[in-house]
Amino acid sequence: MSAVISQGGQEVIGVSRIEGPIVIVEGAANVSYDEVVEIRDSQNRLRRGRVLEVGEKNAVIQVFAGSTGLSIDGTRVRFLGDTLRIPVAEEMLGRVFDGVGNPIDGGPQPLTDKYADVNGQPINPTARVYPRDYIQTGISAIDGMNTLLRGQKLPIFSGAGMPHDQLAAQIVRQATLGAIAGEPPSQAEQFAIVFAAMGVKHDVADFFRRSFMESGALTRVAMFLNLADDPPVERLVTPRAALTLAEYLAYEKGMHVLVILTDMTNYCEALRQISNIRGEVPSRKGYPGYLYSDLASLYERTGRIRTSEGSITQIPILTMPNDDITHPVPDLTGYITEGQITLGRDLDHAGIYPPIAVLPSLSRLMKDGIGSGRTRDDHPHWGGQLYAAYAHMQDVRALASVIGEEELGEVDQKYLKFGRAFEREFVNQSLTENRTIEQTLNIGWKLISMLPKEELTRVSLDEIRQFYKGEDA
Amino acid sequence: MSELIGSVIWINGPVVRARGSRHVSMLELVEVGEERLVGEVIGLNGDIITAQVYEETSGMRPGAPMFGTGLPLSVELAPGLLKSIFDGVQRPLPLIEMESGSFIGRGMRLDPLYRKDRWKFTPTAKVGDKVSGGAIIGIVMETETFEHRIMIPPDLSGTLSWVAPSDEYTIEEPIARLKVGNEEKELAMLQRWPVRRLRPYKSRLGVTTPLITGQRVLDTFFPVAKGGAAGIPGPFGSGKTVTQHSIAKWADAQVIVYIGCGERGNEMTEVLQEFPHLVDPRSGRPLMERTVLIANTSNMPVAAREASIYTGITIAEYYRDMGYHVALMADSTSRWAEALREVSGRLEEMPAEEGYPAYLAGRLAEFYERAGYVETFNGNAGSVTIVGAVSPPGGDFSEPVTQHTKRYIRCFWALDKSLASARHFPSINWLDSYSEYLEDVAGWWREQVGMDWLKMRNHAMEILSDESRLSQIVKLVGPDALPDEERLVLETARLLREGFLQQNAMDKVDAYSSVQKQIRMLGLILHFHERALRIVKHGAPISVIHNLPIVDTLIRMKTLVPNEELEKMDDIQKQIDEQMSQLDSEYR
Ligand SMILES: Nc1ncnc2c1ncn2[C@@H]1O[C@H](COP(=O)(O)OP(=O)(O)OP(=O)(O)O)[C@@H](O)[C@H]1O
Ligand SMILES: [Mg+2]
Repeated sequence: MSAVISQGGQEVIGVSRIEGPIVIVEGAANVSYDEVVEIRDSQNRLRRGRVLEVGEKNAVIQVFAGSTGLSIDGTRVRFLGDTLRIPVAEEMLGRVFDGVGNPIDGGPQPLTDKYADVNGQPINPTARVYPRDYIQTGISAIDGMNTLLRGQKLPIFSGAGMPHDQLAAQIVRQATLGAIAGEPPSQAEQFAIVFAAMGVKHDVADFFRRSFMESGALTRVAMFLNLADDPPVERLVTPRAALTLAEYLAYEKGMHVLVILTDMTNYCEALRQISNIRGEVPSRKGYPGYLYSDLASLYERTGRIRTSEGSITQIPILTMPNDDITHPVPDLTGYITEGQITLGRDLDHAGIYPPIAVLPSLSRLMKDGIGSGRTRDDHPHWGGQLYAAYAHMQDVRALASVIGEEELGEVDQKYLKFGRAFEREFVNQSLTENRTIEQTLNIGWKLISMLPKEELTRVSLDEIRQFYKGEDA
Repeated sequence: MSELIGSVIWINGPVVRARGSRHVSMLELVEVGEERLVGEVIGLNGDIITAQVYEETSGMRPGAPMFGTGLPLSVELAPGLLKSIFDGVQRPLPLIEMESGSFIGRGMRLDPLYRKDRWKFTPTAKVGDKVSGGAIIGIVMETETFEHRIMIPPDLSGTLSWVAPSDEYTIEEPIARLKVGNEEKELAMLQRWPVRRLRPYKSRLGVTTPLITGQRVLDTFFPVAKGGAAGIPGPFGSGKTVTQHSIAKWADAQVIVYIGCGERGNEMTEVLQEFPHLVDPRSGRPLMERTVLIANTSNMPVAAREASIYTGITIAEYYRDMGYHVALMADSTSRWAEALREVSGRLEEMPAEEGYPAYLAGRLAEFYERAGYVETFNGNAGSVTIVGAVSPPGGDFSEPVTQHTKRYIRCFWALDKSLASARHFPSINWLDSYSEYLEDVAGWWREQVGMDWLKMRNHAMEILSDESRLSQIVKLVGPDALPDEERLVLETARLLREGFLQQNAMDKVDAYSSVQKQIRMLGLILHFHERALRIVKHGAPISVIHNLPIVDTLIRMKTLVPNEELEKMDDIQKQIDEQMSQLDSEYR
């Protein structure tokens, strides 16, 4: 049984049950829901946790660092009387933290008296500013066909072994506020970057760190690292800590912040683990019924608000188990985010980088950030035409694989050629190639011009007159 | 008003338990903790009271007080609802922003409707009138063109002993007194109604009028009737929200209630920023003036998300009772069902399918049953049409919410991932969708448009389903193996798909098609088909049809011909005839 000592926050000695990362404490009074606790094992080693459920006699606690080494009688739990907060300060840029926000780069605790609740609060829809400014990433498949806007949440749906990290790093390196096609991109302030790693391998974290360093971005990056061998439960805090800093930088310091969260699949697995241990009724594949709401509480921490110049743009990365887009993690993510960049195994095998499969990709906010006065007038129709042609090409390709390419009609053969060129010249680009929006649009027209004019029903007759360079132009 | 009824003993997210009074009622509104967070009683067991709380419960402790209010969760009904945006329990979001800034704070107690506005009330009843529930006693111009009819609350009747003279009043000031037996009741414009109770009406009327949405695939192929219910299921990114926004913009309803239930914040912001600048084609006024928004986004508290649907439908019924046609959009009912599931899970109730509580089907039925075309107590006809989005996990329609929804709706707009990927929008699959209102609204088309719409529509459907059958063959052997008559079916089906079914919500001209435009477009494509068929039968190869310039025109006519310039259609018809006659003479 446990004894209660009171001194600097209530302390309970001894717990009544330990199961995985969950401990149950009896006899604590006045515990509040969601409160933070400090837990010490018999060797006096400190770890932290959070109250998940509280009754009259007991409290259910989630231990971030897991329960290894905790004993029933030798564990002391101190209730701190507040929800989890992390320090936030501009000087956190350039620093590295663990998954719950402690510095691990040898530097001191950030100097600040501002501590913010990691859960944040929902943005009032009336206070939001609808995103309209596009970010030029220099990557054609994104800028042209899945344009990213400042204040958008646009995840990368990937699979094991595909180059999602390279892509994210390239976006971080090249992202600038977009300009009208033909005009030089404005040299507006650069993005601050908040990077959160959840359960990724050391070399992935190193890759990002090196990549930020090489591009000279390191002083603009705050890294929150929960790596593969770090406690899984901490992963539940990592993105929250990162977003809490991002919100401070964006909404109080007026910065444009790009948040990279990787890998959301690991995050969700940690959530599932806790849920299963607690015996909650699962929905699909063992994930808890509240996975949607939980993910939304992260992804919705994106956007712009009227009282600040700043913005938060999120690029969560997730690996789809088995490349299955209907798996709960990508599925519920897709239901919350404003589109998705989907990587395709086929393209990757064919040596295309970045292997962005444009058909299952989507940017929902694109329509508001492109076209007249933003990129170029023809951009919306141009995109529609490329999508339509490439979608049709897929059917043709399927047919060709049945009846053989030579059996195809003349027009369909042109589609096949178009498709190949689209993948090799438009989607494909090098890791360092930074295309302007004008270059992207022009490559697109070159490809569209491989098709007969009659096939082009998405672009206007005027646009055909102006940009089409096909045989029958 | 509220009294202490117990003290909290257990907290798990939005669900709290208290021990205390045995006189609390189910669904009573309670206030919990020092911050007085609002909640609703969802379970009673001896002296244990279980409540769902509409706000974050972080920081709440056992021992916290629980207060009862004696009232069920209700909405405020009065002039001032239009143009408003509320959260799921009718808290006014703009005022919350004024109080707590850009982020939604906790424990905010704000009146849903602004108390200080004065509204010009014009009485239409007089002292001595015997009136019963629903009777109209006066009007207020809620916007420049919208007449808000002040009604006797549904459960009251008596004789008017005083009616306020025509003047400006706040919604709380008395505007009439009603003698009920020996008692005299003071009436103000402001009334309340418990959200979980449907508002009564005199009788249900048959549904015979389509809700015209200006969306061709809906109006022409799968119409929903005014007073009917439609479901729009689809995987993420398939177009549920865009379709519902389009309906909210263009439907010929007098009032729109739009519920963003567990969806994105930016989508609500988009409506808020766009609707004031869009003009309602019928009233000539900004669209916002006929719209009530309920926004309980995915990151807002989950119990309030559950309530949002009821808040919305009650407001819709209130306007229906005045004699208006109301269209209600709920995006997404799946998030509402998940809120039910989440609360049920925390109560450790026995789950039925996929973790959903066994009462899911019953709740869905209750909700969709609140759609209807009715005769109101004041003798007017009004309607509530419900369009509910469904977000099936993995896009798999066999899941419980889609399946149960299907039982209570008569119009099913099935969105299709592969169409969306190919950027065929709206990605409503014409083979999987259905409307059971076709026969019901055929008479309306005959009278209003003067053409045999149903026959034309069915003919077009036949071409489309033939196409689906034929394309199976094409996939195996290529198109060349088909006889030219069948290849013509493919050609016409392409015109129907690209020229008619595809409709770009972002295009100024294309976003809205009047029924006249729809029927003309359909007529032209079918006319093309008929004439081409004759020529093909006479031996012309399909390529000569395919290469006619008119094909391109038919695909583009949706954007080439605005609703106001339908005479241009005559010209297109002439082109069809000329080009076909030319071929006729070549292949006789
Ligand atoms: N009628 C349309 N015209 C043009 N584009 C459309 C149309 N319908 C859908 N789209 C495109 O599809 C995208 C996704 O649509 P939408 O946001 O409505 O999907 P959804 O089904 O609501 O997805 P979710 O379930 O994730 O909310 C839009 O951003 C838009 O680009
Ligand atoms: Mg949607």
